[in-house]
Amino acid sequence: MNKIIAVENLSENVVKLEIEAPRIAKKRKAGHFVIVKLGLKGERIPLTISSSDPEKGTITLIIQKVGVTSHKIANLNVGDLVTDVVGPLGQATHIEKLGTVLCAGGGVGTAPLLPIVEAMHKAGNRVITVLAARSKDLVILEKEMREFSDEVIIMTDDGSYGKQGLVTHGMEEVILREKVDKVITIGPAIMMKFSSMLTKKYNIPTEASLNAIMVDGTGMCGACRVTVGGTTKFVCVDGPEFNAHEVNFDELLTRLGGFKEEEYQAYQTYLEGLKNVVA
Amino acid sequence: MENSSEYLKQERSQEWREELRNALKAKDRTAKIRVHMPEENPTERAKSSIEVNRGLTVQMAIEEAQRCLDCPDPTCIQGCPVNINIPKFIKYVEKQDFAAAARTLKETNALPAVCGRVCPQEIQCEASCFYTQKLKKIPVAIGNLERFVADWERNSGNMYIPEVAPSNGIKVAIIGSGPSGLAAAGDLAKLGYAVSVFEALHEPGGVLKYGIPEFRLPNEIVDVEINNLKKMGVEFITNFIVGKTATIEELKEEGFQAFFAGSGAGLPNFMNIPGENANGILSSNEYLTRVNLMNAAHDDYDTPIFLGKNVAVIGGGNTAMDSVRTAKRLGAERAMIIYRRSLDEMPARKEEIKHALEEGIEFLNLNNPLEYFADKKGRVNRMKVQKMELGEPDSSGRRRPVPIEGSEYEMDVDLVIVSVGVSPNPLIPQSLPGLKVSRWGTIIVDEKEMQSSIPELFAGGDIVRGGATVILAMGDGRKAANGIHNYLKNKIEKSI
Ligand SMILES: Cc1cc2nc3c(=O)[nH]c(=O)nc-3n(C[C@H](O)[C@H](O)[C@H](O)COP(=O)(O)OP(=O)(O)OC[C@H]3O[C@@H](n4cnc5c(N)ncnc54)[C@H](O)[C@@H]3O)c2cc1C
Ligand SMILES: Cc1cc2nc3c(=O)[nH]c(=O)nc-3n(C[C@H](O)[C@H](O)[C@H](O)COP(=O)(O)OP(=O)(O)OC[C@H]3O[C@@H](n4cnc5c(N)ncnc54)[C@H](O)[C@@H]3O)c2cc1C
Ligand code: SF4
Ligand code: SF4
Ligand code: FES
Repeated sequence: MNKIIAVENLSENVVKLEIEAPRIAKKRKAGHFVIVKLGLKGERIPLTISSSDPEKGTITLIIQKVGVTSHKIANLNVGDLVTDVVGPLGQATHIEKLGTVLCAGGGVGTAPLLPIVEAMHKAGNRVITVLAARSKDLVILEKEMREFSDEVIIMTDDGSYGKQGLVTHGMEEVILREKVDKVITIGPAIMMKFSSMLTKKYNIPTEASLNAIMVDGTGMCGACRVTVGGTTKFVCVDGPEFNAHEVNFDELLTRLGGFKEEEYQAYQTYLEGLKNVVA
Repeated sequence: MENSSEYLKQERSQEWREELRNALKAKDRTAKIRVHMPEENPTERAKSSIEVNRGLTVQMAIEEAQRCLDCPDPTCIQGCPVNINIPKFIKYVEKQDFAAAARTLKETNALPAVCGRVCPQEIQCEASCFYTQKLKKIPVAIGNLERFVADWERNSGNMYIPEVAPSNGIKVAIIGSGPSGLAAAGDLAKLGYAVSVFEALHEPGGVLKYGIPEFRLPNEIVDVEINNLKKMGVEFITNFIVGKTATIEELKEEGFQAFFAGSGAGLPNFMNIPGENANGILSSNEYLTRVNLMNAAHDDYDTPIFLGKNVAVIGGGNTAMDSVRTAKRLGAERAMIIYRRSLDEMPARKEEIKHALEEGIEFLNLNNPLEYFADKKGRVNRMKVQKMELGEPDSSGRRRPVPIEGSEYEMDVDLVIVSVGVSPNPLIPQSLPGLKVSRWGTIIVDEKEMQSSIPELFAGGDIVRGGATVILAMGDGRKAANGIHNYLKNKIEKSI
C-alpha cells in the first residue's frame, strides 16, 4: 500500500500525484517507470516516474485520463492508498554530454520527458524542448520544462498558445536553424512515428519512449512486444526507449488498439457509473 | 534427508504397521483394482472453472491405501524428488489416522495439496512403485492419496503447522515465491531463521498462481499454504523486484546474510515467424496471467482479455494444455492444439491430454505454424500451417519432426496462444555481474547444496533447471535451505 501525499490538477485531464514509495524513490533514474494497480480488481498499468524525492521517500506520477484505470487513479485524493506500486522498471535513459539535445513531447508524453530534460540539462547539454498539445489548456509542465531547458517552444494544433502547428513543425524549425546532436521524442505513437520520420530525413540519432500495452512489466508475458530493427523486443525490459529509426511504429499503433473495443465499453460503463453516483 | 534406509526400517517395524500388514494378505491387496478418481462431467466442466478431479472419498482412500504393500524396500520413495515416506503416510490412511498421514507428508513436503494435484506422478513416485516395476500392474494412486490427505487436513480446519525452532534472528532473503521459494522459506523458518520472501508480482505463489488454472489447482489451496508459512513467521513482501527495487548488495547492507533465488523461468519464447506480433496472438504466460492472476474473464475486473471462437494453441506441454482448456472454458467453438510431433511425444501429462480430449479439444498433431495473417484492424484471422512427419530420432531421443513439402494449408483463427517454452528470468543474473550462468542463462549451482558462484547466493527451481516441475523446484528449495543453513553455521563458527 502506498499513500498519496499530494494531488495537483495540471489540466482538465492530467493529474500529478505524489506517492509514498521510499525504495523506488531512492533507486529510480530518468526513463524508469512503475506498474500501478488499484484495488483487488484493478488492472496493472505502466506510468513513468516523473520525478522523485529520495529524502521524503516519494515519487511523482503524471497521469492522463484515457480509460478506466487512468481515470480511477487520477481521481484519487490525498491520503488515499494505492494498492500496488512496483518498480523502478525498464532501462534508464542513457544520459551523457552530447551537445545539443532536442526533446519533443506530445500530450502526456511531456510527463515522461521531464526527467530526461532535467537529466540532459544536468549532464551539461544544451536542451531545446518542443511541447505540443491540442490547445492551450492541455499544455502541461511548461514551468518545470523551462527550468531545465535553454529554450522551450510550444506548439498548439489550434494556435491558442505558442505557435500554431504540429510538434514536427517546431522540431524542424530548430533542426534547420542549428546543429542538433540528438533527438528524444515521447508522446502518442503516431506523433513519435512522424517525429522519427522527420529526424531520419536529417539523419539525427533519435530515441523514442514506447508506450506499449503491458501486464507484468518484468518480461514475463510478452504483451509489450514491438519490432525494433527487425527483431522482437519487450518494451518493459529492453526499453522503453529505443532507436526510433528502427521502431516499427505501424505495428505499435496496431498493437495499442488491441483491446480498443473492450476498453471503450468498460470506459462507457465506468462513466455511466460515475454519473449515477453524482445524480 | 530424514528418510535414510535405517530410519525407514525402524518406522516400518512399528507395531501398528505390522498389524496392518497382517490384516490383509498381499494377494488380496494386489487383487484390488485401482480406485478411480471421480471427475466432473466433461460437458459441464468445460463451461466452468470448477476443479476437474473431485478428490477421493474417505472410503475410496482407504480402499486404495489397502493396495499398498508396505514394501520392505519401498522403491516408490526413490521416485519422489522430496522423498516422502510414502508407505508410512499411506498406511496411516489405511489406519484412518489422517492427521498422522498429513504430518508424515509435511515431514518432507511443504505443499502436499499442490503436489498431489500437479505432480507428474506417472513418471515419478508411481513409476517406481512395486506394482509398476515388478507386478506390471497399475501403480498405487500415491498422488491421489496425497491429495486426499492434504485436503482432509485443510477441511478439518485444524492444519498442522510445523514446529519452528526459537528465532536465531539471522535474516535470509528468498527471491521469488514459486514452489522452490516457498519450500526453502518453510525449511529455513523451521530452523529459526528470519525469512523474508520477495515477490515481483502483487501476489505470492509464482506459476502456481498465475500459470496453473483453477480447474487444476484452485488458487485458494495455494493461499492456504502461504498463510501457513506466514503463521510460521515467514514474511512476504510483494511488489518487490530484487535487482530493481533493491539489489542483493543493498539487501546485504540491510542485514540479509544469505539469499535463495527461485525466480523461475518466466520469459516466454516466440517462434519468430511472420505475422506473430498481430493482435490476438499472445504467449501462454500472458493469456494465463490475464485469466488466472488478473481475473480478466470476470466482468467486474478491469483487465481485458481476448476471446476467440477459433483458438489455436501452439505447443504440446502442460502450459499448452492449460491454455487450450482455458480457451474452451471461455467459450471457444474450436479449441485446438497445434503440435509438430505426434500425440505420443507430447510432453504434457497423460492425464491432462485425456481430460483435454474428453472436453472436446482438437489435437492437430504433426502440424506446425508457418505464418499468420491479420484483418484490417490488425487482429489475427488466418494462419498457414504445414504438415510434418516423423524422421530419425534427435538429441532428445524423440523422432524429429520433418516438414512435408507442399502440405501447407490455411485455416481460420481469431486467437493464437504461443506456448513453445520459456527461458530463465534474466533479472537476477543481470543485476549480479559476477554470477556464473550457463549459455542458456540458467544459474550454475553445485547440485548438493545449490550454492552459486557467489557464496551467499543459492538458487533452485526453473532458474537453475530452465523449466521443470513443481516438485523438482521444491526439492531444490529444500536442498538450498539445507545448504544455506550449513553455510551460515560455518560462517558464524568462523567469526567466533
Ligand atoms: C513505459 C510506459 C510509460 C507510461 N507513462 C505514462 C505516464 O507517465 N502518464 C500517463 O498518463 N500514461 C503513461 N503511459 C500510458 C498508460 O499506461 C496508459 O494510458 C494506461 O495504461 C491506460 O489505461 P486505462 O485503463 O486508463 O485505459 P485503457 O482503457 O486501457 O485505454 C484507453 C485508450 O488508451 C489506449 N491505450 C491503452 N494503453 C495505452 C498505452 N500504453 N499508451 C497509449 N495509449 C494506450 C487504448 O488503445 C484505448 O484507446 C505509459 C505507458 C508505458 C508503456
Ligand atoms: C501453465 C503451467 C503449467 C504447469 N503445470 C505443471 C504441472 O502440472 N506439474 C508440474 O510439476 N509442473 C508444472 N509446471 C511447471 C512448474 O510450475 C514450474 O516448474 C515451477 O513453478 C517452477 O517453480 P520456481 O519456484 O522455480 O518458480 P516460479 O513458479 O516460476 O516462480 C518464480 C517467482 O519468482 C518471481 N520473481 C522472478 N524474479 C524475481 C525477482 N527478481 N524478484 C522478486 N521476485 C521475482 C516471479 O514473479 C514468480 O512469482 C507448469 C508451468 C506452467 C507455466
Ligand atoms: S510429491 Fe509428487 S512425486 Fe512425491 S509422492 Fe507426492 S506426488 Fe509423488
Ligand atoms: S512401492 Fe508401491 S506398494 Fe510398495 S510401498 Fe511404495 S507405494 Fe506401496
Ligand atoms: S509487460 Fe509483460 S513482458 Fe513486458
